Amino acid sequence: MADPMKIRAAMAGDKVEVKVLMAHEMETGQRKDASGKPIPAWFIQSVTATCNGRTVLAAEWGTAVSKNPFLSFRFRGAKPGDKVAISWVDNHGDKRTDEATIS
Amino acid sequence: MKPIHRAAIVLCTALAAAAGMVFAQEPSSTEREIEKYRAALGEDNPAELWEARGEALWKEKRGPKAASLERCDLGVGPGVVKGAYTVLPKYFPDTGKVQDLESRLVTCMVTLQGIPEAEAKKNHFGSGPKRSPMEALAAWIASQSRGMPMNVSLSRPEEQRAYEIGKAMFFYRAGTHDFSCATCHSRDNQRIRLQDLPNLTTPRDAQRAYTTWPGYRVSQGELRTMQHRLNDCYRQQRFPEPEYASDAVTALTLYLARNANGGVYDGPGVKR
Repeated sequence: MADPMKIRAAMAGDKVEVKVLMAHEMETGQRKDASGKPIPAWFIQSVTATCNGRTVLAAEWGTAVSKNPFLSFRFRGAKPGDKVAISWVDNHGDKRTDEATIS
Repeated sequence: MKPIHRAAIVLCTALAAAAGMVFAQEPSSTEREIEKYRAALGEDNPAELWEARGEALWKEKRGPKAASLERCDLGVGPGVVKGAYTVLPKYFPDTGKVQDLESRLVTCMVTLQGIPEAEAKKNHFGSGPKRSPMEALAAWIASQSRGMPMNVSLSRPEEQRAYEIGKAMFFYRAGTHDFSCATCHSRDNQRIRLQDLPNLTTPRDAQRAYTTWPGYRVSQGELRTMQHRLNDCYRQQRFPEPEYASDAVTALTLYLARNANGGVYDGPGVKR
Protein backbone atom coordinates (compact mmCIF):
# COMPACT_ATOMS: atom_id res chain seq x y z
CA MET A 1 0.00 0.00 0.00
CA ALA A 2 1.38 3.33 -1.08
CA ASP A 3 1.76 6.18 1.38
CA PRO A 4 -0.48 9.24 1.19
CA MET A 5 0.60 12.26 -0.84
CA LYS A 6 1.11 15.67 0.67
CA ILE A 7 -0.98 18.13 -1.28
CA ARG A 8 -1.14 21.90 -0.89
CA ALA A 9 -3.55 23.95 -3.00
CA ALA A 10 -3.89 27.71 -2.61
CA MET A 11 -5.16 30.62 -4.69
CA ALA A 12 -2.42 32.64 -6.37
CA GLY A 13 -4.25 35.55 -7.98
CA ASP A 14 -6.95 34.10 -10.26
CA LYS A 15 -5.20 30.76 -10.50
CA VAL A 16 -4.84 27.84 -8.13
CA GLU A 17 -1.30 26.79 -7.30
CA VAL A 18 -1.03 23.11 -6.44
CA LYS A 19 2.04 21.50 -4.88
CA VAL A 20 2.20 17.73 -4.47
CA LEU A 21 4.77 15.48 -2.78
CA MET A 22 4.42 11.80 -3.64
CA ALA A 23 6.07 8.90 -1.84
CA HIS A 24 7.43 6.55 -4.48
CA GLU A 25 10.69 4.71 -5.11
CA MET A 26 10.80 5.55 -8.86
CA GLU A 27 13.28 2.77 -9.65
CA THR A 28 14.72 3.18 -13.13
CA GLY A 29 15.54 -0.48 -13.75
CA GLN A 30 19.15 0.55 -14.40
CA ARG A 31 20.47 -0.03 -10.90
CA LYS A 32 21.88 -3.21 -9.41
CA ASP A 33 21.58 -4.42 -5.84
CA ALA A 34 24.45 -5.45 -3.55
CA SER A 35 24.57 -8.95 -5.07
CA GLY A 36 24.74 -7.58 -8.63
CA LYS A 37 21.19 -8.40 -9.66
CA PRO A 38 19.30 -5.66 -11.53
CA ILE A 39 16.62 -3.91 -9.47
CA PRO A 40 13.40 -4.07 -11.53
CA ALA A 41 11.93 -0.83 -12.81
CA TRP A 42 9.14 0.55 -10.63
CA PHE A 43 7.81 3.98 -11.38
CA ILE A 44 4.72 6.14 -11.65
CA GLN A 45 3.36 6.01 -15.20
CA SER A 46 0.41 8.35 -15.18
CA VAL A 47 -0.69 11.29 -13.08
CA THR A 48 -4.03 13.07 -13.26
CA ALA A 49 -5.45 16.01 -11.37
CA THR A 50 -9.15 16.77 -11.28
CA CYS A 51 -11.18 19.64 -9.87
CA ASN A 52 -14.99 19.82 -9.90
CA GLY A 53 -15.15 16.80 -12.20
CA ARG A 54 -12.82 18.41 -14.74
CA THR A 55 -9.36 17.04 -15.55
CA VAL A 56 -6.95 19.93 -15.08
CA LEU A 57 -3.73 17.99 -15.59
CA ALA A 58 -2.84 14.69 -17.21
CA ALA A 59 0.75 13.52 -17.42
CA GLU A 60 2.68 10.45 -18.49
CA TRP A 61 5.78 9.90 -16.43
CA GLY A 62 8.83 7.75 -16.91
CA THR A 63 11.98 6.72 -15.13
CA ALA A 64 13.61 10.14 -15.45
CA VAL A 65 11.44 11.49 -12.63
CA SER A 66 13.15 11.48 -9.24
CA LYS A 67 12.38 9.40 -6.17
CA ASN A 68 9.66 10.93 -3.95
CA PRO A 69 8.60 13.27 -6.75
CA PHE A 70 7.48 16.84 -6.26
CA LEU A 71 4.94 18.25 -8.73
CA SER A 72 3.79 21.85 -8.90
CA PHE A 73 1.27 23.33 -11.38
CA ARG A 74 -1.31 26.09 -11.74
CA PHE A 75 -4.77 26.10 -13.25
CA ARG A 76 -7.70 28.46 -13.68
CA GLY A 77 -11.36 28.07 -12.94
CA ALA A 78 -11.61 27.10 -9.28
CA LYS A 79 -12.34 28.94 -6.04
CA PRO A 80 -11.40 28.50 -2.38
CA GLY A 81 -13.21 25.55 -0.83
CA ASP A 82 -13.17 23.51 -4.03
CA LYS A 83 -11.37 20.20 -3.93
CA VAL A 84 -8.44 19.07 -6.05
CA ALA A 85 -7.87 15.32 -6.39
CA ILE A 86 -4.56 13.89 -7.55
CA SER A 87 -4.16 10.29 -8.73
CA TRP A 88 -1.22 8.26 -9.87
CA VAL A 89 -0.82 4.75 -11.28
CA ASP A 90 2.54 2.98 -11.40
CA ASN A 91 3.84 0.22 -13.68
CA HIS A 92 2.86 -2.43 -11.08
CA GLY A 93 -0.73 -1.26 -11.34
CA ASP A 94 -0.50 0.16 -7.83
CA LYS A 95 -2.46 3.40 -7.45
CA ARG A 96 -3.16 6.17 -5.03
CA THR A 97 -5.63 9.08 -4.94
CA ASP A 98 -5.57 11.95 -2.46
CA GLU A 99 -7.53 15.15 -2.14
CA ALA A 100 -6.98 18.64 -0.83
CA THR A 101 -9.21 21.66 -0.32
CA ILE A 102 -8.19 24.90 -2.01
CA SER A 103 -7.40 27.66 0.47
CA MET B 1 67.50 41.31 -18.83
CA LYS B 2 67.27 42.68 -15.37
CA PRO B 3 64.30 45.04 -15.90
CA ILE B 4 62.33 42.28 -17.62
CA HIS B 5 63.06 39.93 -14.78
CA ARG B 6 61.84 42.50 -12.29
CA ALA B 7 58.69 43.15 -14.29
CA ALA B 8 57.97 39.44 -14.32
CA ILE B 9 58.26 39.28 -10.56
CA VAL B 10 55.92 42.25 -10.17
CA LEU B 11 53.43 40.63 -12.52
CA CYS B 12 53.61 37.36 -10.62
CA THR B 13 52.96 39.16 -7.36
CA ALA B 14 49.97 40.93 -8.89
CA LEU B 15 48.58 37.64 -10.17
CA ALA B 16 49.08 35.99 -6.81
CA ALA B 17 47.27 38.86 -5.13
CA ALA B 18 44.41 38.58 -7.63
CA ALA B 19 44.25 34.82 -7.10
CA GLY B 20 44.23 35.37 -3.38
CA MET B 21 41.27 37.67 -3.71
CA VAL B 22 39.37 35.16 -5.83
CA PHE B 23 39.99 32.43 -3.27
CA ALA B 24 38.91 34.67 -0.44
CA GLN B 25 35.62 35.46 -2.17
CA GLU B 26 34.86 32.08 -3.70
CA PRO B 27 33.54 30.20 -0.66
CA SER B 28 30.94 32.86 0.05
CA SER B 29 29.55 32.80 -3.50
CA THR B 30 29.54 28.99 -3.50
CA GLU B 31 27.82 29.06 -0.16
CA ARG B 32 25.20 31.43 -1.55
CA GLU B 33 24.50 29.17 -4.52
CA ILE B 34 24.15 26.12 -2.26
CA GLU B 35 21.80 28.11 -0.04
CA LYS B 36 19.62 28.85 -3.09
CA TYR B 37 19.48 25.14 -3.90
CA ARG B 38 18.53 24.34 -0.33
CA ALA B 39 15.87 27.03 -0.29
CA ALA B 40 14.35 25.70 -3.51
CA LEU B 41 14.11 22.22 -1.99
CA GLY B 42 13.30 23.36 1.53
CA GLU B 43 9.88 24.67 0.64
CA ASP B 44 8.76 21.18 -0.26
CA ASN B 45 10.88 18.88 1.76
CA PRO B 46 10.20 15.15 1.24
CA ALA B 47 10.95 14.78 4.98
CA GLU B 48 7.24 15.58 5.36
CA LEU B 49 6.46 12.12 4.00
CA TRP B 50 8.49 10.61 6.85
CA GLU B 51 6.86 12.94 9.38
CA ALA B 52 3.39 11.76 8.32
CA ARG B 53 4.49 8.12 8.57
CA GLY B 54 6.10 8.76 11.97
CA GLU B 55 2.96 10.30 13.42
CA ALA B 56 0.92 7.28 12.32
CA LEU B 57 3.55 4.91 13.83
CA TRP B 58 3.50 6.78 17.16
CA LYS B 59 -0.25 6.15 17.45
CA GLU B 60 -0.28 2.63 16.02
CA LYS B 61 -0.70 -0.33 18.36
CA ARG B 62 2.35 -2.53 17.74
CA GLY B 63 4.33 -5.34 19.35
CA PRO B 64 3.31 -8.24 21.61
CA LYS B 65 1.58 -5.84 24.04
CA ALA B 66 -0.41 -4.24 21.19
CA ALA B 67 0.32 -0.82 22.59
CA SER B 68 1.08 2.53 20.98
CA LEU B 69 3.98 4.78 21.93
CA GLU B 70 1.60 7.51 23.11
CA ARG B 71 2.69 7.10 26.75
CA CYS B 72 6.41 7.16 25.95
CA ASP B 73 8.38 9.62 28.11
CA LEU B 74 10.82 11.45 25.87
CA GLY B 75 12.10 13.69 28.63
CA VAL B 76 9.29 16.21 28.96
CA GLY B 77 6.69 13.90 30.50
CA PRO B 78 4.85 10.74 29.38
CA GLY B 79 3.31 11.20 25.96
CA VAL B 80 4.62 14.75 25.49
CA VAL B 81 6.24 15.16 22.09
CA LYS B 82 6.26 18.92 21.74
CA GLY B 83 9.70 20.27 22.61
CA ALA B 84 11.13 16.82 23.40
CA TYR B 85 13.85 17.06 20.76
CA THR B 86 15.21 20.28 22.27
CA VAL B 87 16.03 18.66 25.65
CA LEU B 88 17.59 15.43 24.33
CA PRO B 89 19.93 13.73 25.04
CA LYS B 90 19.21 13.72 28.77
CA TYR B 91 19.39 11.51 31.87
CA PHE B 92 16.44 9.20 32.52
CA PRO B 93 16.10 7.85 36.08
CA ASP B 94 14.07 4.80 34.97
CA THR B 95 16.93 3.41 32.86
CA GLY B 96 19.71 5.13 34.84
CA LYS B 97 21.23 6.28 31.55
CA VAL B 98 21.71 9.35 29.43
CA GLN B 99 19.69 8.70 26.28
CA ASP B 100 19.23 10.37 22.93
CA LEU B 101 15.98 10.26 20.95
CA GLU B 102 16.77 7.00 19.21
CA SER B 103 17.93 5.06 22.27
CA ARG B 104 14.90 6.39 24.19
CA LEU B 105 12.57 5.18 21.45
CA VAL B 106 14.17 1.74 21.75
CA THR B 107 13.44 1.82 25.51
CA CYS B 108 9.80 2.75 24.88
CA MET B 109 9.37 0.03 22.25
CA VAL B 110 10.74 -2.52 24.74
CA THR B 111 8.82 -1.38 27.83
CA LEU B 112 5.52 -0.21 26.33
CA GLN B 113 5.15 -2.40 23.27
CA GLY B 114 7.05 -5.48 24.45
CA ILE B 115 9.23 -5.56 21.33
CA PRO B 116 12.57 -7.33 22.06
CA GLU B 117 15.48 -4.87 22.11
CA ALA B 118 17.34 -6.52 19.23
CA GLU B 119 14.16 -6.36 17.14
CA ALA B 120 13.60 -2.67 18.00
CA LYS B 121 17.15 -1.82 16.94
CA LYS B 122 17.24 -4.05 13.88
CA ASN B 123 15.87 -1.91 11.09
CA HIS B 124 17.39 1.42 12.10
CA PHE B 125 18.43 2.77 8.70
CA GLY B 126 15.90 2.41 5.90
CA SER B 127 16.74 1.71 2.29
CA GLY B 128 14.09 2.09 -0.40
CA PRO B 129 11.08 -0.15 0.22
CA LYS B 130 12.74 -1.49 3.41
CA ARG B 131 11.64 1.33 5.69
CA SER B 132 12.84 2.18 9.13
CA PRO B 133 10.23 2.97 11.79
CA MET B 134 13.01 4.80 13.69
CA GLU B 135 13.66 7.30 10.92
CA ALA B 136 9.96 8.07 10.53
CA LEU B 137 9.42 8.45 14.29
CA ALA B 138 12.52 10.64 14.66
CA ALA B 139 11.34 12.88 11.80
CA TRP B 140 7.91 13.41 13.30
CA ILE B 141 9.10 13.88 16.89
CA ALA B 142 11.80 16.34 15.82
CA SER B 143 9.29 18.27 13.69
CA GLN B 144 7.24 18.88 16.83
CA SER B 145 10.09 21.01 18.23
CA ARG B 146 10.28 23.33 15.24
CA GLY B 147 10.67 26.94 16.30
CA MET B 148 11.81 26.07 19.83
CA PRO B 149 15.32 26.80 21.16
CA MET B 150 17.70 23.93 21.98
CA ASN B 151 17.80 23.52 25.74
CA VAL B 152 20.06 20.60 26.67
CA SER B 153 20.82 20.38 30.38
CA LEU B 154 24.04 19.35 32.12
CA SER B 155 22.55 19.54 35.62
CA ARG B 156 23.06 15.86 36.42
CA PRO B 157 26.51 14.38 37.04
CA GLU B 158 25.67 11.61 34.53
CA GLU B 159 25.03 14.28 31.90
CA GLN B 160 28.28 16.09 32.68
CA ARG B 161 30.14 12.80 32.41
CA ALA B 162 28.54 11.98 29.06
CA TYR B 163 29.40 15.48 27.81
CA GLU B 164 33.06 14.99 28.77
CA ILE B 165 33.13 11.58 27.08
CA GLY B 166 31.52 13.06 23.97
CA LYS B 167 34.07 15.87 23.94
CA ALA B 168 36.93 13.39 24.30
CA MET B 169 35.50 11.37 21.40
CA PHE B 170 35.26 14.50 19.28
CA PHE B 171 38.99 15.20 19.69
CA TYR B 172 40.15 11.55 19.66
CA ARG B 173 42.56 10.91 16.80
CA ALA B 174 42.95 7.36 15.49
CA GLY B 175 42.46 5.09 12.52
CA THR B 176 44.42 4.64 9.31
CA HIS B 177 44.22 8.38 8.55
CA ASP B 178 44.89 9.58 12.10
CA PHE B 179 41.61 11.51 11.98
CA SER B 180 39.32 12.91 14.62
CA CYS B 181 36.00 14.72 14.27
CA ALA B 182 37.96 17.84 15.18
CA THR B 183 40.27 17.45 12.16
CA CYS B 184 37.47 18.75 9.94
CA HIS B 185 35.12 20.37 12.42
CA SER B 186 37.17 22.58 14.75
CA ARG B 187 38.21 25.38 12.39
CA ASP B 188 36.23 28.06 10.58
CA ASN B 189 35.65 28.11 6.82
CA GLN B 190 36.80 24.57 6.05
CA ARG B 191 35.16 22.59 3.30
CA ILE B 192 35.22 19.23 1.53
CA ARG B 193 34.52 19.71 -2.18
CA LEU B 194 31.53 22.11 -2.17
CA GLN B 195 30.34 21.25 1.30
CA ASP B 196 31.25 23.76 3.96
CA LEU B 197 32.23 22.06 7.18
CA PRO B 198 30.75 23.56 10.31
CA ASN B 199 33.12 24.36 13.15
CA LEU B 200 31.21 22.37 15.74
CA THR B 201 33.15 23.83 18.65
CA THR B 202 31.51 27.24 18.10
CA PRO B 203 27.87 27.89 19.03
CA ARG B 204 26.95 29.50 15.68
CA ASP B 205 28.00 26.56 13.51
CA ALA B 206 26.94 23.90 16.03
CA GLN B 207 23.48 25.48 16.15
CA ARG B 208 23.16 25.62 12.38
CA ALA B 209 24.23 21.99 12.02
CA TYR B 210 22.39 20.43 14.95
CA THR B 211 19.06 22.19 14.43
CA THR B 212 18.68 20.86 10.87
CA TRP B 213 19.07 17.13 11.62
CA PRO B 214 17.29 14.76 11.12
CA GLY B 215 17.31 15.62 7.43
CA TYR B 216 16.22 14.36 4.03
CA ARG B 217 19.40 13.48 2.16
CA VAL B 218 18.82 14.16 -1.51
CA SER B 219 21.78 11.97 -2.53
CA GLN B 220 20.22 8.98 -0.76
CA GLY B 221 16.54 9.75 -1.17
CA GLU B 222 16.12 8.91 2.50
CA LEU B 223 15.52 10.71 5.75
CA ARG B 224 18.51 10.31 8.05
CA THR B 225 18.87 10.77 11.80
CA MET B 226 21.75 12.22 13.82
CA GLN B 227 23.09 8.72 14.47
CA HIS B 228 23.28 8.08 10.73
CA ARG B 229 25.17 11.35 10.26
CA LEU B 230 27.67 10.41 12.98
CA ASN B 231 28.11 6.91 11.55
CA ASP B 232 28.82 8.48 8.18
CA CYS B 233 31.47 10.73 9.74
CA TYR B 234 33.10 7.71 11.37
CA ARG B 235 32.99 5.83 8.07
CA GLN B 236 34.77 8.74 6.40
CA GLN B 237 37.37 8.66 9.16
CA ARG B 238 37.85 4.92 8.48
CA PHE B 239 36.68 4.03 11.97
CA PRO B 240 34.50 0.99 12.72
CA GLU B 241 30.80 1.82 12.64
CA PRO B 242 29.51 2.75 16.10
CA GLU B 243 26.84 0.51 17.57
CA TYR B 244 23.28 1.76 17.11
CA ALA B 245 21.82 3.71 20.05
CA SER B 246 25.01 3.06 22.05
CA ASP B 247 26.16 5.13 25.03
CA ALA B 248 29.15 6.34 23.01
CA VAL B 249 27.01 7.78 20.22
CA THR B 250 24.69 9.32 22.80
CA ALA B 251 27.67 10.98 24.51
CA LEU B 252 28.93 12.48 21.25
CA THR B 253 25.39 13.61 20.38
CA LEU B 254 25.09 15.24 23.80
CA TYR B 255 28.36 17.14 23.25
CA LEU B 256 27.10 18.46 19.89
CA ALA B 257 23.58 19.20 21.16
CA ARG B 258 24.88 21.09 24.17
CA ASN B 259 27.15 23.19 21.96
CA ALA B 260 24.04 24.05 19.92
CA ASN B 261 22.08 25.27 22.97
CA GLY B 262 20.05 28.39 22.25
CA GLY B 263 19.78 27.62 18.54
CA VAL B 264 16.19 27.48 17.29
CA TYR B 265 15.28 24.01 16.06
CA ASP B 266 14.45 24.15 12.35
CA GLY B 267 14.35 20.54 11.16
CA PRO B 268 13.88 18.10 9.67
CA GLY B 269 16.03 19.76 7.02
CA VAL B 270 17.08 19.09 3.47
CA LYS B 271 20.64 17.91 3.02
CA ARG B 272 22.80 17.19 0.03
